[in-house]
Amino acid sequence: EKADPQKTAFLLRKAWTLYSVTPLYGFRRARLRDYARLLGAFIAAEKQKGLAVEVGVELDIKVALSSLADIRGSELDQAALLVQLSSRSRGSSRNSEDKPVWWGWFCSVFGDELSENVPEHFTCLPLFLSHGAESYTALVGSWFQKTFDCCFRRLAISPLNLSWMVAMWAGCKLDRAASAVELVFSVPRLAQPLDISYAIHPEDAKALWDTVQKTPGEITQEEVDVFMDCLYAHFHRHFKIHLSAAKLVKISTAIASAHCDGIVKILHSQYLPGVLMLLTELAISQIQ
Amino acid sequence: HLATSLPLPSERDHLRPRIDLVVFMIDIKSKYSLKNVETSLAHVDASFFLGKVCFLVTGVGRVNACSIETNAVCKLGETYCSPVLFCELELEGIRAATAQRLVRMLGICAGHIPGVSALSFVSLMRKSDDD
Repeated sequence: EKADPQKTAFLLRKAWTLYSVTPLYGFRRARLRDYARLLGAFIAAEKQKGLAVEVGVELDIKVALSSLADIRGSELDQAALLVQLSSRSRGSSRNSEDKPVWWGWFCSVFGDELSENVPEHFTCLPLFLSHGAESYTALVGSWFQKTFDCCFRRLAISPLNLSWMVAMWAGCKLDRAASAVELVFSVPRLAQPLDISYAIHPEDAKALWDTVQKTPGEITQEEVDVFMDCLYAHFHRHFKIHLSAAKLVKISTAIASAHCDGIVKILHSQYLPGVLMLLTELAISQIQ
Repeated sequence: HLATSLPLPSERDHLRPRIDLVVFMIDIKSKYSLKNVETSLAHVDASFFLGKVCFLVTGVGRVNACSIETNAVCKLGETYCSPVLFCELELEGIRAATAQRLVRMLGICAGHIPGVSALSFVSLMRKSDDD
């Protein structure tokens, strides 16, 4: 299913911090307005307690919960759930607009593996993405954990998974000029940390992947290994450095970029479902 | 005796004592270490693969830093009929336990334990495969 590009435009080009979320108990889609009110009250109460989220400026936080019906993989997936925090500074005129300060959304794209085995009254939305101040993420997270008995955990991305992503995304067909494919490595065990950035022309990367991939639409671990080994060998030939001994920490393609700390940026709406499907899979394997 | 790769330099062959056990160390965070072990394996005499070789995978405590698929290492163990041990060197308890295991294995390979030979490792492995 293709997501409506207008509605999902705000998802692109933002750095999202990833979390895995266990199934929510007792969540009802019909009560979104109630939940928004309760969450708003919770945030205000926490601020009264002195857990200030903004220093200096007096801000009212308004909470909005909505469903993103287009963001799902199959009929078995729950539609994505968006939480948006906006601020309206007190003392300004009545016509002042709300300024969005924080976004968080739960989604599941082909997360059947999890939703198949889950008992009644549980809602599966294993992937959570947030953008905005960490203090707001903590507040929203703790309200959801208390209300729906779920558990949030930061989702890290291993070098193994990053290499899958770069191989998959570098091989995607793009109609217009794409940005370079970049891999960033961190060299371990040095007195001063050293980062190596390896940039490849996107057409060269795609050409390489096309020679490696045997069946279109299918990717195997062996193919990803061959792709990466070619990149490592090329680099070694020129610089005599074994990148395979360093830690791959970040990859960047025209489709999306991903950092091992679990931060992704999605750049192309056409591939949004594909990226979310991969991230959903990672979230589910962290939960299980 | 520690070496970064095989073959060992031939100049010191006459000074080297008998080798009873070869432990190949693979760091799960380094693809390079796996490649290095794979090329070094070619330099090991076939007779060693009767229980005198084992693979030691380190760094398994940090799942989020792995650059190697554990399936690939297990397959390596199967191909060479040698046990694969997993450990985390950064944890003192596991480090000590792993060292004790290796010393025990070495004792058997050197023939110091009566009634048990290195060949037992091979038959132990085959048994678990058939199950």
